Amino acid sequence: MRLEPVANPGLLRRLGLPAAALVATVVTGSLLALSAGADPLATLGLIVTGAVGSKFAALETLNRATPLIFTGLAVAVAFRAKLWNIGAEAQLYAGALVTAVLGAHPIVTGVPGVALIGLAAALAGALVLLGPVLLKTRLGVDEVVTTLLLNFVLLLVVSMLLEGVLKDPMGMGWPKSAPVAKSVRLPRLIEGLRLHWGFGLALIAAGLVWLMQARMRLGYEIRAVGLNRAAARFAGVPVGAVLVKTALISGGLAALAGYSEVAGLKGTLTLDLSPGFGYTGVIVAMLAALHPGGVVVAALFVAGVFVGSDAMSRAAGVPSYIADLLLASALLYMVLAMQLVRYRVVWR
Amino acid sequence: MTRTGTAREIVLRLDGITKRFGALTANDAVSLSLARGEVVALLGENGAGKTTLMNILFGHYTADAGTVEVMGQVLPPGTPRAAIAAGVGMVHQHFTLADNLSVLDNILLGTRPLWSLRLNRAAARARVRALAQDFGLKVDPEARTGALSVGERQRVEILKALYREAQVLILDEPTAVLTPQESEALFATLRRATARGLSVIFISHKLHEVMAAADRVVVLRHGKVVGEVATADTSPPALAAMMVGAEVALPRVAAGVPGPVLLRLDDVTTPDEGARPGLKQVSLDLRAGQITGLAGVSGNGQAALADLLSGLIVPASGRLILSDEAPADWNPRAALAAGIGRIPEDRHRTGTIADFTLTENAILETYPQLTRAGLLDHRTARRFTEELIADYDVRCPGPEARIRLLSGGNMQKLILGRVLEARPRIILANQPVRGLDIGAVAYVHSRLISARDAGAAVLLISEDLDEIMGLSDVVQVISEGRLSPGFARGTMGAAELGQWMAGAGFDHAA
Repeated sequence: MRLEPVANPGLLRRLGLPAAALVATVVTGSLLALSAGADPLATLGLIVTGAVGSKFAALETLNRATPLIFTGLAVAVAFRAKLWNIGAEAQLYAGALVTAVLGAHPIVTGVPGVALIGLAAALAGALVLLGPVLLKTRLGVDEVVTTLLLNFVLLLVVSMLLEGVLKDPMGMGWPKSAPVAKSVRLPRLIEGLRLHWGFGLALIAAGLVWLMQARMRLGYEIRAVGLNRAAARFAGVPVGAVLVKTALISGGLAALAGYSEVAGLKGTLTLDLSPGFGYTGVIVAMLAALHPGGVVVAALFVAGVFVGSDAMSRAAGVPSYIADLLLASALLYMVLAMQLVRYRVVWR
Repeated sequence: MTRTGTAREIVLRLDGITKRFGALTANDAVSLSLARGEVVALLGENGAGKTTLMNILFGHYTADAGTVEVMGQVLPPGTPRAAIAAGVGMVHQHFTLADNLSVLDNILLGTRPLWSLRLNRAAARARVRALAQDFGLKVDPEARTGALSVGERQRVEILKALYREAQVLILDEPTAVLTPQESEALFATLRRATARGLSVIFISHKLHEVMAAADRVVVLRHGKVVGEVATADTSPPALAAMMVGAEVALPRVAAGVPGPVLLRLDDVTTPDEGARPGLKQVSLDLRAGQITGLAGVSGNGQAALADLLSGLIVPASGRLILSDEAPADWNPRAALAAGIGRIPEDRHRTGTIADFTLTENAILETYPQLTRAGLLDHRTARRFTEELIADYDVRCPGPEARIRLLSGGNMQKLILGRVLEARPRIILANQPVRGLDIGAVAYVHSRLISARDAGAAVLLISEDLDEIMGLSDVVQVISEGRLSPGFARGTMGAAELGQWMAGAGFDHAA
């Protein structure tokens, strides 16, 4: 068995294989449900209705997808430059922290306040990734290690602050921050629907990232650096500066996930703000093949699986861990499918 | 007809091999046979289908039609193991050795079952030593592969094939990476090996090597066999005519008219980088309207000089002077801004980005000028590339194709176009024709000469002394990072330059 490159993969190949990956995921899910002693079709049906079956469910899925779009974009932008940012979780918490501090401050109010908090949060995330990228470009320190470890550092810092200076005096002893003032909360996207402007911002961010990757000089530079650093350097692409810019954008996007969760959904910062949105962002970006439009689709899919599985678990008694297994298998099948789009298998 | 004229055992037969990649027919009903103890040269321009044919023979590609027979047995297509088992060994243009392993480990790699507990290295080492002795392949089995020279690595690749009891050895452009001396040693090895019954297919487009090394020549053009002759019955011009389909006139180079000094190195020293020597107090003048040829054995400081002019490194001491002043900031973009056009030594690693399209590669050095408000002007970039493709005769599926699909010659033409269209005042041509076929060589040379005649200062770095002596108005020799004085065209013969290359003249000068 060997792989032969496909020069120009056709439309059937490019769409059919990802579709086949989706089918394989469903089959795997069925087997998992079967092993849990439930009716596979009913279980999958419950996941689907749990994700999109009602207005409430669909809105919940969109809400859950919002931070995943941001972290997915953050990872997609960085991975294009082969800058392995595994630290979206840390950048998310940095953004959330700044949002909680500024949002509860009495002098930050109104629309300027909303914008100020957003910018400050993005800046905080960008700065969190700036350290690792400078260590990488100046000293050759592996960013996988530094960004990954910063996740724990940031979480511990947040924990310390929530138990200390940021602890809400009115919080009855719970480790949470004082609530974000009403005037600087992200408003509802449509009045009466439980969906905040964070989702809108995420879609706008995806559009801007697409513009940057496909049309802008920086996107071209990022791809050049990612695909062949030596050739990029030789041709005069300022590799170090491109990596720094990439890191600032990536860190900023991840931080907006924290901003949107605190200022949009929760209104306060707690230690369980993110159930691993930063890490799941890697899955989202990979499922999307690093394409910003794909990130939106993949984030909706991943959020749907999570939300749907929770609902299914309550109704059918199958553990909601099935969501993690489904996502893991979806990722593996999709990575395989992407490979098979570019290579055909030749038997003997 | 073979050299001996007697009928000999046929060890390899390719019959009607056809391979298509999309619309391109890389091999069109190619047939070829190889007798025991024979060296057959496979000659053809870049993209003529030589490498594809060998990849099919070795099982890397599956042919659309045709069969491969080794020792009378038809091989199952697309199975490298079957080819190895039948006794076919291949030495690729780009070596496939693990740098961090010893020579012996590289040779043994893949020959032992995974679950065998003992390697029995002593016996293996003895066998490698014996093979090395028999075939005159001098190399230390315990040396770390990463520390070896290119010539030594090639010997390891050949030993690897012999260790696996190869009866047929395929060498894909074996001399492309070798110095003239190393090439000579390789030919001697091949003569010993064929005397012992090994058969060799030698892929090349260097005519004099083909004449020296092969018994028979098979010429490919556009994927078809267009000629098959014994080397005794042919001549380099006849082969060249077959290859390109017409008699090639090598350009007759008139002397350049030297103008003012455009770039000056003043007592420049750069640090050594591992085994790669830096420059040692080098002074050099590059004049407008003149080609300066840099002769020397590879690995004597050419890379440091090229990196310096490319903007990749800065002098540790001494000065680089452009138009009477030393640039404040020296990097690749500063070099481009100063009007230095750079043809890099390695077009795959530094010259192009394989997964970029032709357009994206064509604007790699000029894209800042194609930016409006942060947006890249794709339309202008594409139009520029279309013109480049037409003007420089780049054969390709189109401007939006990935450059990895192009042959080396066409890739080089695109790089040449990218460099020359920027109208550089100074041109660094580092091994500009390495691995190219005759047609492309003549083309690149004539473009460099017309750039010179238009007033550019050209620095030509090459390990091919004929190329240097043929093109250069001034020849300078580099040896262990030191630069000889300039010798005007025709004042030095190859033998005298060879003395300098070996380091002889420097001791007098010092």
